[in-house]
Amino acid sequence: MIALLLLLIPLATGLICFGLKQGNAAKHFSLLASVATLALALVAVYTPTAIGYDTAWLSDLGSRFTLKMDGMGKMLCLLTAVVYPLIFTAVYRNEYKNASAFFGLMLLTQAGLMGVFLATDALLFYFFWELALIPVYFLCSLWGGEKRIAVTFKFFIYTFIGSLLMLVGLLYMYFQTADHSFSINSLYAVKLDAAHQSLLFWLFFVAFAIKMPIFPFHTWQPDAYEQSPTATTMVMSGVMVKMGIFAVIRWLIPMFPLATVQFSNTVIILSVIGMVYASFIAIRQDDIKRLIAYSSIAHIGLMSAAIFTNNSSALNGVMIQMFNHGINVIGLWILADMIEQQLGTRKLSELGGLAQKAPAMAILLVVMALANIALPLTNAFVGEFLMFNGLFRYNIWIAAVAGISIILAAVYTLNMVQKIIYGNLSVKTENAIDLPLNIKFALVIIALLVIVFGVFPQPMIELTKDSVTALFVKK
Amino acid sequence: MSKIAFLVPLFPLLGFLVNGLGRKHLSKSAVGIIGSGMIFLSLLASSYLFGMVLFDSSPLAGGKSLESVVTLFNFIKTDAFTIPFEFQVDQLSILFLLIITGIGFLIHLYSTAYMKEEEPQHYARYFAYLNLFIFSMLLLVMGGNYIILFIGWEGVGLCSYLLIGYWFKNGDYNYAAKKAFIMNRIGDLGFLLAVFWILYRLGSVSYSEVFTHIHQLSAADITAITTLLFIGAMGKSAQIPLYTWLPDAMAGPTPVSALIHAATMVTAGIYMIARSNILYTMAPATQTLVAVVGLATAIFAATIALKQNDIKKVLAYSTVSQLGYMFLALGVGAYTGAVFHVMTHAFFKALLFLGAGSVIHAMHHEQDIRKMGNLKKYMPITHITFLLACFAIAGIPPFSGFFSKDEILVAAFAKNPLYYFIGVGGALMTAFYMFRLYTLTFLGNFRGSKEQEHHLHESPSAMTFPLIVLAILSVIGGFIGIPEVFAADKHWLEHFLSPIFAESAKLSEAHHLSHSQEYIMMGVVTALIVSVILFTVNHFKKFSATDSGEATGFGKILANKWYIDELYDKAIVNPLNAFAGLLKNVIEKTGIDGAVNGVGKLVAYGSRQLRLVQSGQVASYLLIMILAMVVFFIVWFNDITITKLVEKLF
Repeated sequence: MIALLLLLIPLATGLICFGLKQGNAAKHFSLLASVATLALALVAVYTPTAIGYDTAWLSDLGSRFTLKMDGMGKMLCLLTAVVYPLIFTAVYRNEYKNASAFFGLMLLTQAGLMGVFLATDALLFYFFWELALIPVYFLCSLWGGEKRIAVTFKFFIYTFIGSLLMLVGLLYMYFQTADHSFSINSLYAVKLDAAHQSLLFWLFFVAFAIKMPIFPFHTWQPDAYEQSPTATTMVMSGVMVKMGIFAVIRWLIPMFPLATVQFSNTVIILSVIGMVYASFIAIRQDDIKRLIAYSSIAHIGLMSAAIFTNNSSALNGVMIQMFNHGINVIGLWILADMIEQQLGTRKLSELGGLAQKAPAMAILLVVMALANIALPLTNAFVGEFLMFNGLFRYNIWIAAVAGISIILAAVYTLNMVQKIIYGNLSVKTENAIDLPLNIKFALVIIALLVIVFGVFPQPMIELTKDSVTALFVKK
Repeated sequence: MSKIAFLVPLFPLLGFLVNGLGRKHLSKSAVGIIGSGMIFLSLLASSYLFGMVLFDSSPLAGGKSLESVVTLFNFIKTDAFTIPFEFQVDQLSILFLLIITGIGFLIHLYSTAYMKEEEPQHYARYFAYLNLFIFSMLLLVMGGNYIILFIGWEGVGLCSYLLIGYWFKNGDYNYAAKKAFIMNRIGDLGFLLAVFWILYRLGSVSYSEVFTHIHQLSAADITAITTLLFIGAMGKSAQIPLYTWLPDAMAGPTPVSALIHAATMVTAGIYMIARSNILYTMAPATQTLVAVVGLATAIFAATIALKQNDIKKVLAYSTVSQLGYMFLALGVGAYTGAVFHVMTHAFFKALLFLGAGSVIHAMHHEQDIRKMGNLKKYMPITHITFLLACFAIAGIPPFSGFFSKDEILVAAFAKNPLYYFIGVGGALMTAFYMFRLYTLTFLGNFRGSKEQEHHLHESPSAMTFPLIVLAILSVIGGFIGIPEVFAADKHWLEHFLSPIFAESAKLSEAHHLSHSQEYIMMGVVTALIVSVILFTVNHFKKFSATDSGEATGFGKILANKWYIDELYDKAIVNPLNAFAGLLKNVIEKTGIDGAVNGVGKLVAYGSRQLRLVQSGQVASYLLIMILAMVVFFIVWFNDITITKLVEKLF
C-alpha cells in the first residue's frame, strides 16, 4: 500500500495542481505534496520488510500492476522524495508563468520516477518510463532558455529513439516468455542463446545509456541541462539519470547474463573514456551549468563502469553513489541557479570575489565542491572508493586511466570555486547579496546529508544490500 | 588505555565547529582561547597516552601489553571486506601526536598575536581552519588503517588549500592554493591505487592485518605497492617531481607555513612510510628509489635555496631539502633516523618560520632579506632564538639537528658511501644558505626605509614565548638520540621505537662503522660546516644596500629555481589545456555532436522529402516513428500473436 501511495500522491497532486489558480497556490500546494511524499518514503525506508503491491491490470496482455520495493527501490524512491522538497524550496522565489502547469508537470514527473523505481512488470515499467519523460519535454520547451526548442528536439529524439529500441526489445522478450507475461520473473526466466542476447542487450543498453548518459550518447545532456528551467535540470541530473543506471541493474543484467559478460569490457571502456573525456572538457568550460553537466557525465561514467565490473563491493558503491550523486549535484545546481538569477550571468570569467559579499554562499559552495571531488568524509568518497576498487580488480590499467578523472575533478572544481568566490569583485558581482533564506535552508540540509553520509555510510550500504546480493545470485 | 584516544582529535574538531559556526558572534579573545585551548587539551590527552605507552613498554608493565587499536565503528562494511574507523596508539603514532599537538599549540598561541589585525570574523575563520588542520593531521597519524590515514591525508590537503588561500582576494595566493591541492591529488591517486592493491591481495587495509599477512604478497606486489605509496608521499612531502607546490604554499599567513612545514602535512609522507616500514624493507628496489629521490631532492632544493631573497622562500626550500634527507633515511632503512629528524626538524623549522614571522611582523610585511639587516639590535629574542635554530639545522654539535642528521648520514654511508658524500655536500649548502639568511637579516647595516626602522620592535610575548620554548627544544632535543659512539645504549628513541621497526630490523643486517671511522667523519664534517658558516657570515656582513644582489649567469638559473615551474607549464599544463580545448571545441562540437545533428537533419530532410508531414514539429516526428515501429513489428514478427495483440489493443 505504501508503494502505491508513493505513486499516487504525486500523480494525484500533480493532476490537481493543473486545476489550481495561478499565483502562489500551486507553489505551496506542490511543496506540501512533496513533503507528504517524503514522509511516506521515510516510512517505507524504515519498514524492514519488502513492500509491494499487486493487482490486475491489463490481464489480457499478461501484464499486472505489480510494484515491489527492494533496497535499491527504497533508496531511489527516497532520493526522489528527498529532492523534490529541496527543489521546491530552492526555487520558491522564482516566478514561473503559468505556475500551476509547471508544478503539475513537475509532480507528474515525480510520479513517473517513482513508478520506474517500483514497477516489476515490464509494461508498467515502460509506461512509467515515458510518464517520467514526457512532462520533461514540455517543461523544457515551454519554460526553458533561448535555445529551448532546438535543444528539446534533440533531447526528445535521443530519448525517444532509446525508448523505442527498448520497446522493441521488450516486446520481443514478451513473446519469448513461457506464459506470455510482462512480469519480471517471467522475463528473467527467459533463456536466450548468446547471439540473441547480444542483439537484445544493445537494444536495451542504448536506451539506458542515453539516459545516463554514457559516451558517446551524451551530447544532448549539457545542452538540455543548460537550457531547461533549473528545477527541471535538477530533476534530470539528480534523479532521472539514475533511471538508466537503475534499469541496467534491475532489467538488463539479469535478463541477459551472457551478453553482460560478453560486453562488459566494451561498456567499461566506453564509460572510462567518457569519464576522462568529460573531465577534460569540464576544465575548459566557462559556463557553470555546462561545467556541472560535464562533471556529472564523468561521475555517471564511473557508476556505469562499476556496474559491469562484476564486483559486489563496486555494486554497493554504485548503490550509495546513486543517492549521493543525486543530492550533491542538486546542491551545485541550486548554487548555479542562484548565481544566474541574482547576477544575470553563468560565466565564470564574469564572476569573482563572492566570498566577500556572500560568505554563507561561499562556504556552502566549498562544501558542495568538496563533495564533487569526493573528499573523504563527504558522502561521495565511499561510493567512489568502492567503485574504483571494483574497477581496480577488473583491470589495473583501466582503473589508473579512470583515476585521471580524480585529478581532473580537483582541477575543474577548484577552478570553479576560485573563479566564483575568490579574487576581486567584478562588475557583475559588485552588488551581490548573500543567500536568501529558502536557498540557505535547502543547501544546509544538503550539506548536512553530505557530511552525515560521509561519516556514516554504512546504513545506506545496509539498505541496498539485498539488491546487490540478489543480482549476484541471479547471475 | 586507548579509551580516551578519541579525545585527542575530538578537541580540535570541537574548536573548528565552535569557531567556525560562531565566527560572527565570538570576540577575538574568545576565539583565541577556544582555538589554542582545544589544542592544549589535545596535548594533555596525548601526554596522558604517551605516559601509558611509556609505561606499557617499560618492564613495569610486566609484559602485559595493552591493546593499541581501538575501533569506534565500522566505516565501510561490504561482503568482501570491512574497513573499521579505528585508531592505533602506539610508539610511532604517540610520538607524532606529541609533535603535532605540542608544536601545534605553540603555533596557535603565536597566531593569537600574529593575526591580531584581522577582522574578528576572519580571525575566527583562521582559527577554525587551523583547528581543522590539526584535526586532520591527528586522524592521519592515529588512523589504524590506510583509509583513516587517507581521510587525514586528504584533510590536510584541504586545510592547506584553505589556509594558503586564506587571503582570498589575492589571485596569486589562490593559484598557489589550487596548485598545492592538485599536486597533492596526483600523489593521492598513487596512494589510492596502492590501497586498492593491498585490499585486493589481503582483503584488509588495517595495519594489524596487513603487516602480519605480508608473506602472502609476492615480491612484485610489494614493489608495486611501495612504489605507489611513495608516489603519494612525493606529493604530500614535496619530493621531486611533485615538490613545486610547497615553496608557493608560503602564500598563507606565516604561522601556517610553520604548521605545514614543521608539525603537519609534509611529515605525513615520512610517517606513512615509517608506518609501512616492513613493506619497504621487503622491497629493496623501492628503497633505492626512495633514497635516490630523497637525496636528489635534498641537493636540488638546497641549490635553489642558495639564491633566494625572500626570507620564507629560503626556509621553504630548506624544508624540501630536509625532507629529502628524511627520505634518504627511509630509503637506507634508517627508520628511526627519519623519525628522529622529523622531530628535530619540527622543532627548529617551526622556530625558523615563527622567527621569520616575527621579523616580517616587525618589518611591516617586508620579506626581502636584502632590505633587512642589523635586526639583532631591535629584536634580541627573535635574534637569539633564530640563531640557535640556524645552528641546529646546520648540524653543529650538540644542537638537535646534529644528532639526527648525523644518524642519517652514517646510515647512508653504510649503505653506499656515495650517498654520504652527496649528503654532506647538501649539509654544507644548508649551512651556507641558512647563515646567508641569518647574516643578511640580523647582522650588517639596516637597509630598509627610515620609516621601517623607526617602527622596528620586538614581538609581543605571545609570539616570543613559543620562540623560546622551541629554541630550548632545538638545542636539547637531540639528546633523546645520542649515537652509540658517544655512549653505548643511550639512544632512547631507538629503544622506544624498536617495537615498530622490529620486523624490519630482523630482515636487515646491521652495519656498524668502527668508532674511529665515525669520529673522523663527524669531526671532518663539523669542521667543514663551521668553516662554511664563518665564511658566509664574513662575506654577507659587508652586504650593502647598493649591492643589487641580482644574480647573473648560473646564479640566475638558481634564483629562478631551475625554471622548473616554467618547464611544467610548457611541457605539461599547456599541452593538457590545449588537449582539453581540442576535445571541447573540435571533437565534441563538430565530431560527436555534429554527427548527431547530422543524423537529426537527415531525418528532418527525409521527412520533408516524403512530405508525410510538413509541420516540422515534434509531434509529427513522433507520429512517423510510431508508424515506423508498427511496420517494423509486422515485418519482424509476422506472427499470429501480433495480430491478436493488435486486435486486443484496438
